[in-house]
Amino acid sequence: MKISNYIKIYSLFLSTSIASELEYKTNVIIDFITAILSLIGSIFLLTIFFQNTDNIGGWKFEQALIIQGIYTILNGITNTWFNPNLTEIVKHIREGTLDFILLKPIDSQFFISLKKIAPSGFLEIILGFALLIYCIKINQITINLGFIILCLTTLCCSVGILYSLWFLISTTTIWFVKTWNATEVLRSFLYIGRFPLNSFSISLRVFFSIFIPIAFITTIPSEVFLGLAQLWEILIEIVVSGIFLIVSRKFWFFALKYYTSASS
Amino acid sequence: MFNLNKNKLITLLKVQYSNMLEYRVEIALWAISGIIPLFMLNIWTNNNLNESINLSNLMLSRYFLSAFFVRQFSVVWVVFTFEEDALLGKISPYLIQPLNPFFRYFAQHIAEQITRFPFAILIALIFFLINPESVWIPSFSLFLLACLSTFFSFLIQFLIQSIIACLCFWTEKASSIERLLFIPTLFLSGLLAPVISFPEYVKSWIYITPFPYLIDFPANILSGNNTNIIPGFFMQIFWISLLFPIFKRTWSLGTKKYTAMGS
Repeated sequence: MKISNYIKIYSLFLSTSIASELEYKTNVIIDFITAILSLIGSIFLLTIFFQNTDNIGGWKFEQALIIQGIYTILNGITNTWFNPNLTEIVKHIREGTLDFILLKPIDSQFFISLKKIAPSGFLEIILGFALLIYCIKINQITINLGFIILCLTTLCCSVGILYSLWFLISTTTIWFVKTWNATEVLRSFLYIGRFPLNSFSISLRVFFSIFIPIAFITTIPSEVFLGLAQLWEILIEIVVSGIFLIVSRKFWFFALKYYTSASS
Repeated sequence: MFNLNKNKLITLLKVQYSNMLEYRVEIALWAISGIIPLFMLNIWTNNNLNESINLSNLMLSRYFLSAFFVRQFSVVWVVFTFEEDALLGKISPYLIQPLNPFFRYFAQHIAEQITRFPFAILIALIFFLINPESVWIPSFSLFLLACLSTFFSFLIQFLIQSIIACLCFWTEKASSIERLLFIPTLFLSGLLAPVISFPEYVKSWIYITPFPYLIDFPANILSGNNTNIIPGFFMQIFWISLLFPIFKRTWSLGTKKYTAMGS
């Protein structure tokens, strides 16, 4: 199928899922308030950490705010796209409805990853960007075109890694059927992304760079933002993101070979 | 309204326990997802943040491990199950039975905690292997008090969530309210930072709210940190006795409002 068809299908996905989400209007409003409170809460936690010290892991308060901003954007993206769709995989496999998706003349990964959208995550993305703009002001960062391109590239790579992590874990349901809690484990580990990697002990730092590359997800984009990142860090981020995307796609097709539809 | 006897309770628990054992992998994953307090401990000690709050590394590590335990045995998810049951119309057969459906959910939670127990112990053992100096054995009376206050913490959260769950009778989707309430619970209960480290402008009012009694209070008892035991229990019982009538009221109003799905 051509790309233009996919764009057309995606716009249909968008309108149907937004329409169904807006059936529960109060829910959307409550989710908005939750997003705001959640950001206030994490800044509150940061102020507790900085009560009697001026840096954690070498990051000043103003700099640590950048990590919060990037985390908030990524969390918003997770809540808008990854969470509603990828938790659905479990349901498809349990109830055998994955058959209907596989039968469609459309890429199954595309369908499964983008079918739904939860608009309440949008506010988090906006809040995150607003916080970043505020950080540009208080950290006196000069903006030029190169800076913006670099920031967006690393941010996109982070989204790629994050998506692949979610997708990889959700794919394992083909074997284990009931692993929707695995995404909860990922969620709680990702929570670490709110803090600079250097604020952890060496062993955890290694763990969070190799096994679950949280370091790449929030810390490197924040360093790019501050102009502290080395070129090799950015290159590694791009390579890691590419590897993750390819592996997650290959893994999906590999897992599908083991899919035995329900009740058959 | 609550006709429950010993036999019913034991049967419910047995059924739910065997049910939960089926899901033990899932429950093990739940247990792992609760280790955030231990990551927080790492930030605290690695940056010497505890110097300012007069808490040694040792006591802080015990505090966070206790917080992990208290959280493991006070996690409540009734609203999510209830919402699904209400949306799919499964509530109707439960309502016909001469037993309040919340007893079923209550038994599910207790059974899940029993299933969770070995995994929580395992995580604690790994923690002690990495930090052998933080091993401690609380005195028997303190241990009992800690268990009791953890159970009270569980009850408070179970009642709050049950009240929210009853709102499903009006709004159909009530879990978003729970997600909203979870934010203050996360940041104010002491799961990520002990309440004594909070700035004065928060400490002045926080002890009136239920939040510090959910994690901080039981964790302080268990870890042997200083805490006011009698006022703490008083506040826990106060909140339970306040929430219980509210729950009863919303339940009776809600069931009157209930129109079974697809009928």
